[in-house]
Amino acid sequence: MIQTLAFYLFAGLVIASAVMVIMSRNPVHSVLWLILAFFNAAGLMVLVGAEFIAMLLVIVYVGAVAVLFLFVVMMLDIDFAAMRASFIKNFPLGIAIALILLAELLLGLGAYNAGGLALGTPDAMGAARTDVSNIEAIGALLYGPYIVLFEIAGIILLVAMIGAIVLTFQPPPPGIRARQDVGKQISRRPEEATVMKNPPVGQGVEL
Amino acid sequence: MTIGIEHYLTVGAILFVLGVLGIFLNRKNVIVILMAVELILLSVNINLVAFSAFMQDLVGQVFAMMVLTVAAAEAAIGLAILVIYYRGRGTIAVDDVNRMKG
Repeated sequence: MIQTLAFYLFAGLVIASAVMVIMSRNPVHSVLWLILAFFNAAGLMVLVGAEFIAMLLVIVYVGAVAVLFLFVVMMLDIDFAAMRASFIKNFPLGIAIALILLAELLLGLGAYNAGGLALGTPDAMGAARTDVSNIEAIGALLYGPYIVLFEIAGIILLVAMIGAIVLTFQPPPPGIRARQDVGKQISRRPEEATVMKNPPVGQGVEL
Repeated sequence: MTIGIEHYLTVGAILFVLGVLGIFLNRKNVIVILMAVELILLSVNINLVAFSAFMQDLVGQVFAMMVLTVAAAEAAIGLAILVIYYRGRGTIAVDDVNRMKG
């Protein structure tokens, strides 16, 4: 009973916040609704016993991606009201395509429920184990048969990081030395760096 | 009533459709389009995890992690492109992105 209740709570909230993400006037609000959607999706995944993916969702999406979105939205000074000009114009077409897509997906779901197609049998390579926790079982898979996939994921993240840095890096303008001048630093003496003052009470210091 | 795989697939389908609808509705606002793409990838992850639990096979969760990786990389690169586009033009309206050629 409580599982059913939890499922409908998480599912309802994830769909409601997804609606708010695409409908909200202010992109900052969109990002905050997106965070709520990710939290509830993580709840949905905990319900079926996928704790590792759920935690990953909270850490990676809420902790990194959503904050990245928030930074960019707040960094760019944009008139978002002007951007919604085409909202009404695109509404009928968007709704029509969305309804067609939803009908297709639900048709596929109905066909799956009616028996579906048998495309083969699982090879039991990643058969779920009941004797260990979810994280341990996934770790045994990731560092075992799927080590190459894991390495590729690392390479993808490395390339994305280098790409983002290269794209947004601005060299300092000419004339400004960004490097330190070692000679100037070691020729600095205490006498010219500090001064002794003995100011009268209540009058402050002039430098 | 018990919750089955169909319930999860329905949530995934609705979330996917909402993501597509978001791309259509916010044609001018690239930031919201990127968020809609994140919603689509989230629905894919929900489907993968649901089938992984349904089939008692953890490979689905391994693949969901892969999708998560690609989604994070896509968001980083997309926002970086957005920042340099804004730096050059002072706006992020995607109507005249085709002038960016070359």
